[in-house]
Amino acid sequence: MLGKTAASLFWMSRLLERTENSARLIEAGFRIALTHSSSASDEWASILASSGTKKSYLAKHADYSSVKVIDYLLRDKDNPGSVISLIKQARDSARTGRIALTREVWEATNEAWMNLKTALANPVDERDLPEVLAVIRKQSSLVRGAVLGTMLRNDGFDFIRLGTFIERADSTARILDVKYYLLLPSIAQIGTGVDNVQWETILRSVSAQRSYRWLNGSDISALSVAEYLILNRQMPRSLAFCYAQISDNLGYLESEYGSEVTSHRLATDICNRLLGQPVQNIFEGGLHEFIVEFLAANNSLAAQIESDYNFQDRIS
Amino acid sequence: MLGSDGNAREPYIAYKNWLDGEDTKRLHRKSEDAEAFFRRTGITFNVYGEDEGDERLIPFDVIPRILSAGEWRKLSRGIEQRVKAINAFLYDIYHRQEILRAGRIPVELIANNIAFLPQMIGVNPPGGIYTHIIGTDIVRTGPGEFYVLEDNARTPSGVSYMLENRETMLHMFPELFARIGVQEVSSYPNNLRRSLAACAPPQCTGKPVVAVLTPGIHNSAYFEHSFLADQMGAELVEGHDLKIVDGRVAMRTTQGYTPIDVIYRRIDDDYLDPLNFLPNSMLGVPGIMDVYRSGGITIANAPGTGIADDKALYSYMPDIIEFYTGQKPLLENVPTWRCSEKDQLDYVLEHLAELVVKEVHGSGGYGMLVGPAASKKEVEDFRAKLIGNASNYIAQPTLALSTVPIFTEKGLSPRHVDLRPFVLVSPDRIDITPGGLTRVAMTEGSLVVNSSQGGGTKDTWVLEE
Repeated sequence: MLGKTAASLFWMSRLLERTENSARLIEAGFRIALTHSSSASDEWASILASSGTKKSYLAKHADYSSVKVIDYLLRDKDNPGSVISLIKQARDSARTGRIALTREVWEATNEAWMNLKTALANPVDERDLPEVLAVIRKQSSLVRGAVLGTMLRNDGFDFIRLGTFIERADSTARILDVKYYLLLPSIAQIGTGVDNVQWETILRSVSAQRSYRWLNGSDISALSVAEYLILNRQMPRSLAFCYAQISDNLGYLESEYGSEVTSHRLATDICNRLLGQPVQNIFEGGLHEFIVEFLAANNSLAAQIESDYNFQDRIS
Repeated sequence: MLGSDGNAREPYIAYKNWLDGEDTKRLHRKSEDAEAFFRRTGITFNVYGEDEGDERLIPFDVIPRILSAGEWRKLSRGIEQRVKAINAFLYDIYHRQEILRAGRIPVELIANNIAFLPQMIGVNPPGGIYTHIIGTDIVRTGPGEFYVLEDNARTPSGVSYMLENRETMLHMFPELFARIGVQEVSSYPNNLRRSLAACAPPQCTGKPVVAVLTPGIHNSAYFEHSFLADQMGAELVEGHDLKIVDGRVAMRTTQGYTPIDVIYRRIDDDYLDPLNFLPNSMLGVPGIMDVYRSGGITIANAPGTGIADDKALYSYMPDIIEFYTGQKPLLENVPTWRCSEKDQLDYVLEHLAELVVKEVHGSGGYGMLVGPAASKKEVEDFRAKLIGNASNYIAQPTLALSTVPIFTEKGLSPRHVDLRPFVLVSPDRIDITPGGLTRVAMTEGSLVVNSSQGGGTKDTWVLEE
C-alpha cells in the first residue's frame, strides 16, 4: 500500500472520530447552558479549550454566548476544527485513499459529508440542535459500521482503526484534563465533595454516564470517574481500551509486513508505563501531569506511526 | 431514434416498443434516482475556478443511444485502421520522418508544433506503442454515415462515465436488458490492465506493476483516475509519491520504495518531468524521462503523442492513413479549412457565420466559435481574434448532425450528440469496447456537447449480432 494511501485512511478515520467527539462536546456544553447555571460561560470556554479552538474563537468573538460558540464549532468555515471543516477534510482524505476503501465505506463517508453539508447549511436553531448533533454522531457511526462490516482485515483496515483510536484517546484525555481543571481549581480539593452534576458532564461528554452507573451505581467521585475513563478496559472510550486496540492493530501490521517497528514498542511502553498503574498512583503524581504526559506520548506515537509507515516523504 | 418516415429506426424498434409501454412518471422517478445514485457514489467532476468543494454532476439522460451491430462493425473497422495509422505515424515522426520526406505533410506542421517533443526523437517506446489509449470522437450524419471529429490520442477522458452509465442503466432497468441483447462494456478495466501490462518495459522481470498517475483530488477528472485505478487493481499515485530509485521509477509504500513498470499517466507532457520539461511543475517525477529512455518504465500514453491529435494535423489525417496503410480511410474526416493558409482563411472569414471555428490546441469546447449559434457581435469579435492569429485556428462546416431523443420535463426531445468509443492498443491486439461515451448537447439546437460547457451523457448500446 502507498504511504499516501495509508495516511489518507488514518486521517479519514481520525477526522471522522473528531467530528463525533466535537458533537459530544457541544452536547455536554449545551446541557449545562440549558440549566441556566452561572457556569454556562465557563463550560463553553472549557469546551473550546478541549477542542483546541479557544484561542481562534477569542480572536473572532468577545464572549461565550451559546449561539456564537455553537455556530463556531459546527459551521464556521474559518475554523479548521468546525464540524463542517472536519467532515470536508475527512471526505477529501477518503477520496485520496478511495482505492483502498470498499464501496460501502466510501459511500458512507461521501454521504456523511453530503448530509452534514445539508444539515449545517444554515445556522442551527437551538431547538434543532440535539437532532443535528445526533445526525453528526450517526454519520460517523455509519462509516465505522461500514468499515467493520465490509473491509478486508488487511493493512488498510489497521490504519483506519489506528486513526480512530489515536484520536479517541486524545479526545478522552483532553476532556478529562480540561474538566478536571475547571472543576477543581485547587489540588487540595481532591477527594472532597465535588458537585455530582458537574462530574456527570464529563461522563456525558463521552456518552458514558449510563454505563458508569451500571458499574459504579450512583457514587460519583473524581477518582472513580478518572479510573473509569483512563483504566477501564471495557469502556470503549477509555485510554486503556484505545491502547489495547492500537496495540492489536500495530501487532497485525507487524505480522502482515513481517517486520518489527518502533511504534509497536512505543505503544506497548505506553500501555505498561502509563496505563498499567493503579489510579491512586496517577492521582499521587497529579492527574494533570499524567494527562500532559499521556497526550505527549500519544502524539509521539502518531508521529512514529507516520514515520514507520512512510506517510510522507521526509527527504524532499 | 426515428427514421425519415417517422417510424423507429431498426436498432431502436425493440427499445421503442418497451418505451411506449412505460409510464412517464416512472421514468421521471428513475431520472431522479439516477441523479441521487451519481451523487452518492461521487461520480462528479470538479469545475476549475469554482469553489473546490463544488463538484458537479454531468447530467445523465435515461434514454440510451443505440447502434446496430452492423453500424458498429463499420465504425470499429474504421477506428482500427485509424489507430494503426496513428501509431505508425508517431513512430515515423520520431524516427525517419518518411512522411515529411515524401512531402505528404508540410514540415512546418511538425517543426512549429508545441505538441512535438524533440526529447522523443529516436526513443523506442516499449512494444512500439505510442498511444495505448485512444478516444475517437465521431458524429453520425445519416444512415451509415459517420465522420471523425477528432482523435484523442493524448489523454482521452470519459471512459468511467461509459462504465458508470451502463451500471446505472442496469440498476434502473434490469428488465430492459433481459429483453434486448446489448453488448457488454464492463470488461474495459480488465482489458486496460492487460493491455498496459502487455507493454511492460524491457527491465521488468516479474508481473508488471501498474499505476495510474493523477495530478490529485482537485483535478477535474480525479473521479475517473481513482475509478480506473480501483477497477484495474492498480495503485493511484501522485508525483510526490514517486522518485527514481536505482534507475527505476519507484513508489513510496508503507514498506519502502517499490518499482513501477507501467504508468498510465493522466497528466500532460509538460508536467511529466521537471528536469526535462516545465522546471516548476510539482506534478511529475524528476528524471522519469531518463528512466523511460533507458527502458525502465512504460509511459502510457507515450510522451509526444499529442502531435497526433493536434487539430491542425487532423485535416491531413486521410493522407496519413493512406500513407501508412496504403488504403483509403474507412471513416471520413469532416472537411476542414486551415486558417494558416491564406486562401482558406479568406474563405473562412467570408463564411464565418456558417462555420465552426476551433483553436488548434484547444479542448473542452473552450475558445471556439459556433457561427450559426453566435450573435453578430460574437462573430465580429471572433473575426478580430482570427485575423490576429490565423494559424491558431481551423474551421469546419456545421454538419447536419443526426439527433437522438433525451427525456425532458415535457417528454422526449431531440438533441445533438457525438460518440467517443474507447480503444486500447497493445503489441498483439486492438480492443475497441462496443459502445463508448455518448455526449449530449443539453440545450435544444446546440452543437456543443462538452461536459465543461454543460453537456450531458447517456448510455450507448451496441446491439448483439
